[in-house]
This record gives sequence, C-alpha cells and structure tokens, in this order.
Amino acid sequence: MRGLFLSLALCAASFAHAEGFAGLGDEARGFAEPQPGHRLVFPRDHGAHPQFRIEWWYLTANLKDESGKSYGAQWTLFRHARAPQDGEGWDSPQAFVAHAAVTTDTLHLFAETRARGGVGQAGVEAAPFRAFIDNWSFSATESNLSGASIAAVAPRFRYTLALAADEPLALHGEAGFSRKSESGQASYYYSQPFFRVDGALAIDAAERKVTGRAWMDHEWSSRPLAADQKGWDWFSLHLDGGAALMLFRLRSDKTLPFVSGSFISADGAARALARDDIFLEPLEQSLVSGRLLPIRWRVRVASLRLDIEAKPLNSQSFMGTGLGYFEGPIAVFGSHRGEGYLEMTGY
Amino acid sequence: MSVMSAARDAAVNGALLRVTGLSKSYRGPQGPLPVLRGVDLALAAGTSLALMGESGSGKSTLLHLVAGLDHADSGAIRIDDVEVTKLDDDGRAALRRKTLGVVFQQFNLVPSLTVGDNLALQARLAGRYDCDWRDALADRLGLSALLDRYPEQLSGGQQQRVAVGRALAPRPRLLLADEPTGNLDEATGDAVLDLLLELSATAGAAVLMVTHSALLAAKLDRRATLAGGRLAL
Amino acid sequence: MRQFLYALATLASHWRRRPGQFAALFVGLAIATALWSGVAALNDQARRSYDHAAGALGLGASPSLVAASGGFFVQDMFIALRRAGWKVSPILEGTIRLGDKSYRLVGVEPLTLPKISSAKMPTGEALNDFLGPPGRALAAPQTLRALGLAMGATPRIGDADRLPPLAIAEDLSPGMIVVDIGVAQRLLHRPARLSRLLIAEEPAPDAPALAAVIGEALRRVEADEAPELAKLTDSFHLNLTAFGLLAYVVGLFIAHASFGLAFEQRLPIIRTLRAIGASLRALTFALIAELTLLALLAGVAGMIGGYLIAAALLPDMAASLEGLYGAELDGALGLAPSWWISGIGMALIGAVIAAASGLVKTLRLPVLAIAQPFAWREAQRHWLYRQAALAALALLGAAAALLLGEGLEAGFVSMAGLLLGAALALPLPLAAMLRLGERRARGPLTKWFFADALQQLPGLSLALMALLLALSTNIGVGSMVEGFRRTFAQWLDQRLVAEIYFEAASETDAHRIETWLARREDVAAILPLCKAKTTRRASAIETAWPVEIVGAPPHETFSAHFPLLETRADAWGSVARGDAALVSEQLARRLRLELGSHLNIPTPTGDWRVEIVGLYPDYGAAKGQLRVDRDALVSRWPDARKLDYMLRAKAESAPDVMLALQSEFGAGVARIIDQAALKQRSMTIFERTFAVTAALDALTLVVSAIALFASLTTLAAARTPQLAPLWAAGVSRRSLSLLEFVRVTLFAAATALVSVPLGLALAYDLVAIVNVRAFGWRLPFHVFPSQWLEVFALALLTAALAALLPIRRLARIAPASLLAVFANER
Repeated sequence: MRGLFLSLALCAASFAHAEGFAGLGDEARGFAEPQPGHRLVFPRDHGAHPQFRIEWWYLTANLKDESGKSYGAQWTLFRHARAPQDGEGWDSPQAFVAHAAVTTDTLHLFAETRARGGVGQAGVEAAPFRAFIDNWSFSATESNLSGASIAAVAPRFRYTLALAADEPLALHGEAGFSRKSESGQASYYYSQPFFRVDGALAIDAAERKVTGRAWMDHEWSSRPLAADQKGWDWFSLHLDGGAALMLFRLRSDKTLPFVSGSFISADGAARALARDDIFLEPLEQSLVSGRLLPIRWRVRVASLRLDIEAKPLNSQSFMGTGLGYFEGPIAVFGSHRGEGYLEMTGY
Repeated sequence: MSVMSAARDAAVNGALLRVTGLSKSYRGPQGPLPVLRGVDLALAAGTSLALMGESGSGKSTLLHLVAGLDHADSGAIRIDDVEVTKLDDDGRAALRRKTLGVVFQQFNLVPSLTVGDNLALQARLAGRYDCDWRDALADRLGLSALLDRYPEQLSGGQQQRVAVGRALAPRPRLLLADEPTGNLDEATGDAVLDLLLELSATAGAAVLMVTHSALLAAKLDRRATLAGGRLAL
Repeated sequence: MRQFLYALATLASHWRRRPGQFAALFVGLAIATALWSGVAALNDQARRSYDHAAGALGLGASPSLVAASGGFFVQDMFIALRRAGWKVSPILEGTIRLGDKSYRLVGVEPLTLPKISSAKMPTGEALNDFLGPPGRALAAPQTLRALGLAMGATPRIGDADRLPPLAIAEDLSPGMIVVDIGVAQRLLHRPARLSRLLIAEEPAPDAPALAAVIGEALRRVEADEAPELAKLTDSFHLNLTAFGLLAYVVGLFIAHASFGLAFEQRLPIIRTLRAIGASLRALTFALIAELTLLALLAGVAGMIGGYLIAAALLPDMAASLEGLYGAELDGALGLAPSWWISGIGMALIGAVIAAASGLVKTLRLPVLAIAQPFAWREAQRHWLYRQAALAALALLGAAAALLLGEGLEAGFVSMAGLLLGAALALPLPLAAMLRLGERRARGPLTKWFFADALQQLPGLSLALMALLLALSTNIGVGSMVEGFRRTFAQWLDQRLVAEIYFEAASETDAHRIETWLARREDVAAILPLCKAKTTRRASAIETAWPVEIVGAPPHETFSAHFPLLETRADAWGSVARGDAALVSEQLARRLRLELGSHLNIPTPTGDWRVEIVGLYPDYGAAKGQLRVDRDALVSRWPDARKLDYMLRAKAESAPDVMLALQSEFGAGVARIIDQAALKQRSMTIFERTFAVTAALDALTLVVSAIALFASLTTLAAARTPQLAPLWAAGVSRRSLSLLEFVRVTLFAAATALVSVPLGLALAYDLVAIVNVRAFGWRLPFHVFPSQWLEVFALALLTAALAALLPIRRLARIAPASLLAVFANER
C-alpha cells in the first residue's frame, strides 16, 4: 500500500494532481487496470509494468548497531508514466523519483533524486532483479528476492545492506489483487516481509555495522484510490515469534475508512484479514512538521487475539519531500511485541 | 447736520453702515500709537459721505477697517446687520466680494488681464457678472473702445475709471474709495469722481470716500472730519 | 469653485505676460526631472538586465562541466556521472533561425535541474506538457511579440522541423527559447549529444573524482557571477544616482529662483484679489492647483527628456558595465510604469520644494503690506545670517557623515553636505567683497555699482549657487577622471609587461603549446599562470565576496615591474617560497589586511595560511585578488585552471609568435592578445566608464548656465526702475548695459574663484572616500591648475552668454519705458 502517496512526491513538482490524493484517483487514460484472478509470475513481475501508471519498490528496515542502538532505513523507487508505454531515449514517458531515509531516536535524514526513463539514469529489470537510479540501487539474485543488496548515498548519510530470506513472497488480497475501495479501485501488491539484514550505515561519515529485519513491497496500479480517498495509515510489523502483519486504512471524507490487512505466519503463509476483524485507533496526536499526526496507535485484530500499542522510534520521522508524509520505524507492545514501520499520508 | 444726528437718523431709517466706538492703534517704536479712539459713524443706503482729515489722521485706517482689511482693537462695524468685526477671514472676503466695492489711490489693476477682464473680475468672483451692466459701465466710463487693452496701455485717469468700474460691476451696497483721484490731475480727478458718484447712484450704492480735498468733498452728500482719533463736526 | 477658477485664471494670466519667467520655471523643473529620470531609467534598465541574466532560468548560477576541447560531448557521460553520484543536469544549447532572426535554443532536463533553475520551470500539468509529446517551447513574452506569434503556435525551423507549441515564461531572457533536452537534440540535429552539464549539488567529498569517471573529457567552469552582478554594480549605480540627484538639485535651484520671482511679482495681483474679496482659501487652492499643473506639465516634458538622455547614454553605460563587470545590458530601453510614477513624483516634490517658501510667504502676506525693498539692507542682513546658519548646518552634517558614517552612502552624504553648505555660504564672501568695494569706491557711479550689486545679490544668489555647484563638480570630477587616467595609464604600462597574453583551450592543449614554445628561440620566457577561485567574508554579516587567486612563477617580469603600493623587503622571494601572498588593494581594504597580516585561504586541500607581503593596485577589478606562487597554488588546488600564459619576446618578433601559435594550434588557443591591444582595450573600458560621468557633468554645467540665464532674464525686467534714475541723471544706456555686464561677469568670476577650493575638496572626497568605498581602491590625488583656468573661462563664458540677451535688451530699451517708471510710480 505504502508509496501510493509517494508516487505523488515524484510528481510533487512534476505531474498533475486533480482528484483524490495527489491525483491517484484520476481517470487512467489508456492505462491497464488490475484484474482479479490475474496470476503474478516471478521473477517476471519483479520488473516494471509500464502499461500501468504508477509503481513502486519499497524497502523499510528496522536495524540495530553493535551497541544495541535502533535505526530505521528506507529505500523507495517510484515509477510514474505519462503514457502507457515504454520507450527509448528522452521520448520515454516514464519518470522516476527515489527517496532514501535514515532514522534514529533523535535524527531523521532523507534525500530525494529524480530521473527520466529511457536514457539509463534510472530503470528496473526483472531477472535478475535490479532497480537503480543514479548511484542508488536494489538488486537481488533469487526469485523470492533473497541474495539482495541495497544501497543509497546522500549528503549526510549512506548505507549498503545485504538482504536474505528463506520464506516465499507474500501476496496480499486475492493472490496479489489488493482492493483499495468499495467502488473497485485496486492494485497488484506483494511483499517480502522476512528479510534478514546485515550491512553498514554511515551518518555524517561515522560508519557502523548494523543488523536487523526488513520488509519489501512491490505494488503497481493505474488508479488505486477512489476520488474521495484523501490519505491512509499503513503498518508493517515483524512480530516476535516470526509472524508478520500488514494493515492499512484509507481515509475518505465521505464514508467510513476502507480497512484491509494480511497476516503472514512464520512459515510464510499469507492470509487476508476480514475487514471487521481489524481495529485501528489513534491514541495521541502530535505536531509533526507543522501538521497534527496520530503518533500513537492502538491496533487490534480480533481473530489473532492481538491487542497492541504502536509507538514511533522518532515521532518526527517526516519526509519533507514535495508533499510531505510520515515514514518511520515503530515498536509495538501489548498482547504481542515487535517492530515495524508506520506510514501516514494526507494529513 | 452733525455726524451724531446723522447716525441717529441712520439708526431710525435702518442705516446701511453703522460704526460704534471703533478704536485702533498701531505698534510704534515708543509703544502703542492710537489712531482711532472710539469713532461713531452711520451711513444710510444710497447716500454718500466724504471722510476728511490731515495725513495720518486715520481716514484710511477707518476705511480699511470697514472693508475688513484690518482688525479693530474694539468697537463694532455693522454693514446691513452683519457685524464685520466678528467675521472670520472667509466671511470678510465674502463681504468684500458681494457687498462692497473698493477703489484705492493706486489703481490696483491686474496687469496681466485686459481692461474687460479687469472690469469683470470682482463681479465674476462674486458670481454676479452681468454682461449688460458691465457694458453699460464701460460705455459710461468711456472704456468701450479699450476693453482689449492691458492696463499699462492706459492713462492714469483711464486706469482709475477701470478700477471704479470693477468696484461697481457686482452692484455693491457700499463703495469705499480711498483718495481715488490722488494720483490724477485735477481735471481728470474731477471727471473720475463725477462718474464714480453718478454710477454709484445708478447702482444704488452708498459711498464712503476718503479725501483731503475739500473741493472734492463738497461733491458728496455729507462730510466728516477725523482729528485726534475722533470724528469731528 | 467659481472663485477658485477665476483666481486661478487671474494668477495664470501672469505667465502670458511673462513667458520668459514661465519658460525658466518650466525648464528648471523639466531639467531636474529629465536628469533625474534619465539616470533612473539607466539604473532601471541595468537592474532589469541583471534580473534577466539571473532569470535565464538561473542556468548561469550553477557551476558546470563543459567539453575540455569545447563543443559537444556524448550523453553517456551524463549517465556515467549520475550513476557515479554526481548530481549533474544535461543542457544542450544551440542557435536556431526563426524567420530572419536567430534565437538561442536551450534544451533542459527539468527533473534534474538545480533547484534555482527548476523553481523557475513550469509545474504540474504544465510540466507534463513541457515534457511532451509534443512538448513546449518556453519563451519570454517579448520573444513571442517579436515573432508575431501567439501561444500554441508552432513556427517552422528550416524545411522539415517545427518548434513545439510556444508557451510564455515570464522571466526568460528575450531571444532565448527553452525546450526539453530531447526536443533540443532533435531540433539541433545532435542526437545523444550535450553541450554542458550543470552541477546541481557539489559532489560529496568521498564521491569519485571527475577524471576517475570520465577522464579528461570534461572540465569544470565556475558559476557566472550573474546573481552577484547586482551587488557588484551597486556602487556604480549609486554613483549614477548621486549624479542624478545633483542634477536634480541644480534644476530645483532654477525652479526655486523662478518661483520666488514669480511670487514676488504677483504679490500685487494677489493683494488686489484679496482686496476685492477673493478668499484666502480659494487663492491657496488656486496657487496649489497652478503648481500641480505646472509640475505635471514640466514633469511629462522632463520624462521625455530623461528618456532621450538615457537612450543617448545607454550604449556607453552598457559598454562600461560589460567591461567592468561582464554584465550584459539589453540594448533597448524599456520603461516601467514605476519609472513614470517616480519621475512625475519627483517633479511634483521638486515643484513643492521649489515653491514652498514663496507659497507660504504669499499666503501669510497681510493684505495691506506694501511691497517695496524698504530697509532691504536690514532684510539682506537677516537673509545672510540665515544663509550662514543653514550653510553651517550643512557643513556640520557633512563632517558628521564623514566621521561617523561608514558606507558609500555616508561618503555621498558628506559630499552632498559639503556642496550644499558651500553653495549656501556663497553669498557671504560675495557680499563681503561687494561691501568692501562699496566702501573703497570713489566715484558715485562706482559706489552705486557696488551698492546695487549688493541689493541684487539675493535675487541672483540661487543662480550663482547653481553655477558654483556645477563648476565645483566640474573641477572635482575633472580632477578625479584626469588623475585616474594618468594613474591608470602608468599602471597599465607597468603591469602589462609581457608582450603576448594567451589562453589555451584545454590543459592538453596547454601542455602541447608549452612544449612547442620552449623550442622557439624568439620566445624569451614562458610564464604560465594558474587561477583558482574562492570566496572570503570580511565579517559574519557581509555576504561572501569572490576572490581570484592567481599563481605566477617567480620571474623578473613580475619582481622588476609589477606595480606595488606597499611592500616588504624581498616580497617576491617570500612569495616564491610559497608561504606569502600579494593582495589587491580592494581585498586588503575589504578584509582589513596590512603588510605582515596573515590570511587563511580555504582550499580543496585544507586552509592555507599565507603572510601578506605586498599590496598592489588592481584598478577596475570588481573582485578581490591574491597573487601567490604558481607551484604553491597548484599543490593546494589540483583542479586550478592552468590555461593562462604570458609570453616574453622581443617586441618585433611578437606578431610572428602570435601568428605561428594560431596557425599551429588553431582552436587550441582560446584567446590571444598582444600587449598593445590589451592596453588599448583596457583604456577603452576606462574611457567608457567615465563617459557617462563626463556627460552628466557637462549636462549639469549646461543646466547651471540655464539657471543663470533664467535669473538674469527675470531680474532684468525688474531692473528698469533701478536703472531709470541713473539714466535720467545722465548715464547712457550703453554705459548702463556695460555696467550690468561687468557686474554679472564679476559675480561669475567670484563664484568661479570659490569653486576651485570647493572642487578640490570634492575631488579629494571622490578619490579618497567615495571611490574607496565604491570600488575599494584609492586614487592618487592630483591637481590640475590648467583645468581650473578652463573652468574659470567656462564660468565667464557661461555668465557672459547668460547675460547677453537681457543686457542687449537693456541697451535697446525704449526711452519711453524708462520714462514710464516716473510717469507710473509704483
């Protein structure tokens, strides 16, 4: 789910915003639409889908250094097409924006870079998987994206992380067809929630070894939001014991929020959660970058007997890029403990 | 007839001008220099009075006070029930414009206006410009052929006739004249004064004229003499 | 309203009778407005051009990479650099022809442009349109107008191509068309080629070096100083503004004199109007309305004059700004509404200032007061005291500004105070002189001559003050310019010792040329220079100031000839050792450096601490400069520009060397010039810089002549009553006019005498204070007595010319007019 909004950031200075959040509710002129029952094929579907309007590859990592200090790291590549085709040279209608960030309990550093498709400055290939823009890259050797390496360089930080996972990919919704509204908006959406991370992270030239867990998302669509949907809250959680949980709610100014989620057991089996099974409840608002955001949450999933509270590592994990959004590491406690990432947009 | 009785008469008949207890002194090198010490004077509508006296006796001062050109120390000046001493600057200007006509010893014409425009100036300011009356005045004053000339192209007598015409053009109730023939030779002066009196009568204006000439004074209805700051018999 | 209109008509009738007075008033106000608005138009024009330079998408504001050998390079280098972490943005520039005109076509890539440029690009849907297909061609509104095309038009280029639909971008330079990089490659027939890479962010310290990524193919070019132009040229414009103000003040003197006279002459009219019943209020409104009308009329005329002046001076100013600062100016004068408003406003303010005292005096006048110069001596004494008091105040202000103020503005304020104070004080010595003359005079006519001159003094003094201002400015500016010219010429002779100066196109070329030159016998020495740039702050508040660092090899060419202001013993030896530097006067003043101080220069390899061992003049340079040893510079600045050379050769073989160099290396020699041509060019820049100053100076003198003429003409009419008795007493009209002529000339001569010390004080202020604060260098103070003679002659000539007409009239005055004085006593 995450990143929907981000597509707009690519487009913050670039592309048109009309209805819904950042134009994501726009009419998709000539672009393909996700269809239920469509089967995703890997590694082919790791690559770009130029016939869809927007797409993103998204990695968030919860890390610790040798002294036990916590970090968050983010790496995102967005693709945005002006027309449903690929192309060589400057005529290509594809454009890319990438965001990278590093978070500690006191610091949140982020960077942005942009590129046109077709000339070699940025691109995504399926097999072997490789996504790159400038000197930022994300590549993997295996079909479940194991054997991956991800790197980003920014003026005040840089990281290189090795990622490995034994578990299969987790397909959300109906075998990867993820609904976003009552009126039929949807995307293709899958994750690799089980990455083990080993790498190096430098802030202001001070480098440290880090280890931890990471979550990767790949999602594409052409019109994933209904016109009245203004933003969302999205959670990805690594629960102690090895299971993983993904939850989101899309806020509408007309109807009740559209809630959805997946539970992925420690062996990698994914199960979509029923809408009336999920309860997301803001507990505390906080002023972040000039806007009020729900910074502490109560999260309940009845069927899992899960009742936890989520708290950010750094309440100021705000991406001040174009249209700003919150993207930061969280810790959860209560009936279950764990860690993960929280994304909030449209506030 | 004494001035005092004339004042009484005027009061009875509804005097046009009534001056009572008027005093005025100037600052001199050795303290205040009294010029007028309680002057009483009355003038009925349509009549004329010659104000005589030696140089420095205060004749011109009295005239200026009546015209609202100067401020009295004490006393009252009523013209047509208007108390001149109580008027502000705008009020005095309006009084001069509409009720009075003033003729000075110096001709005081505007050198950059033609004779015709000079004649019409006060009437225009007063909003009472009457083309026929101006033409009648010009004709009577012998200025008809000179209307397009400029003052400097006229003789002294002609210039003073323009000044007289200008003063009478708005049909004032009271014409104030300060030695109007002082700058003219005798014959010219006589002629100008005759015209002044005749036209004032035609216009229905009373005349208060300052002169030191008994000969000229004789042409007016009444005479009064200023001496020692008071009007004498 | 009726009263007001008739009062206005009556007052205005005065001008019909005295057209000369009206002309003087009108001309005074118009000239004041013209000079002021002319200067304002020039300044506006320059500022707009800087904005445009900065507004050319700000492309020049970023450092960039260009092909080391010039020309185009392959797009793969852009990709390679981006993939190596260099935040560069591709540019392809070229020329296209639309109709019969050439346009600069610039292809940009909006997503990677530096922030300063991308902020000026279209956003949202408009950006989508720009990226296309078919894309958009952005152009300034002027360009569209010049093309006669509307938005959306797709003009044809050559036979096959068309420009994408035109769209308006407000702050592009005229003549520039911006398209997407892909469109530019197609239209310019340069597929996958680029001409420049803008550096959007400086590479991180640990980023791979340029050469490691793409070899020697590209070299770095620093950002234009375009955004700094406004700052650098501020001083220049302040100078112009000061001149504009001076001219304005001189113009106001004329207007003030004419107004004063007009009011005085109209006192009887006003008195008459009051006596026959015009109210004070109506009269006040009438006078103010008259003033406003006049100011508007004269203002509009002045604006037209100002436009003409600006149009005439623009080419010189453009040339000097380009020479001094490399700032390009649009050739066509554009007039902003704000210029009109401010110009007319200045005319109105000027009219009010010029008329205020007369207006107040007139309106406070008691109706019965008699206007004649009774007790004029008494009045004049009061007037003199007042002048003296005002003068003292102005001089005190000047001294205070000099002692307490710091910036250039304070320098100008002190100058203005000095001039104003001196001008106000002028009647004092003149009156003293005339009193002395009166006392010493024997014959009655001589006595009358002096007494009468004394009485005339207040009426003429304003015109004489204007003359004094103009003459002093003339002397002051003349001394400065002449002094500068000599200093500059001498300095050029010393500084430009080498016979040939050239610049190689790339470092590879530089090496080849050096090797080739070393084999030639007619080249006595090859002096390679090396240049680097840095910025220094004088204080925390001040913004960074560009400093150029020049590295030169130790050689007799420098140690024996290079002109220095102050130096330590063995300065050149210390420089050669690598731990000492020579500093330009500008930089030394800015950073408050003196001999023996130490300076930390930030370099790519860390701070470099040098000792200052010499100060040298660097006339005309807008930036600061340091001179150090070449090898020392290269070791600290590996990337420093190593393309500039000086060659020593016999003067007669220099042309051959130059020809051989050019034929051997062709485009490998980017620029080459010999000593004579370089001197010539420097002098041309110099001359043009002062051409504007000289022109304004001359105009001011003309204005003061007009002031004198206007005053004399208006006074002449009033003089008849004074002269008539003398005529009656047997002085011929010829003698009378001769006396008048002598008097005017005497006044002018005395004014000219006073103007010499004042002019010298002004010159000193200019070279030692204003110039230092404006440009950062001090000029030697020279005195040119021949100039004084010139100015003296000029003053007499001005006065004579101005006096001629009124005096001719007097000599031919009809006896009847003189007689009229008696016949028509006032």
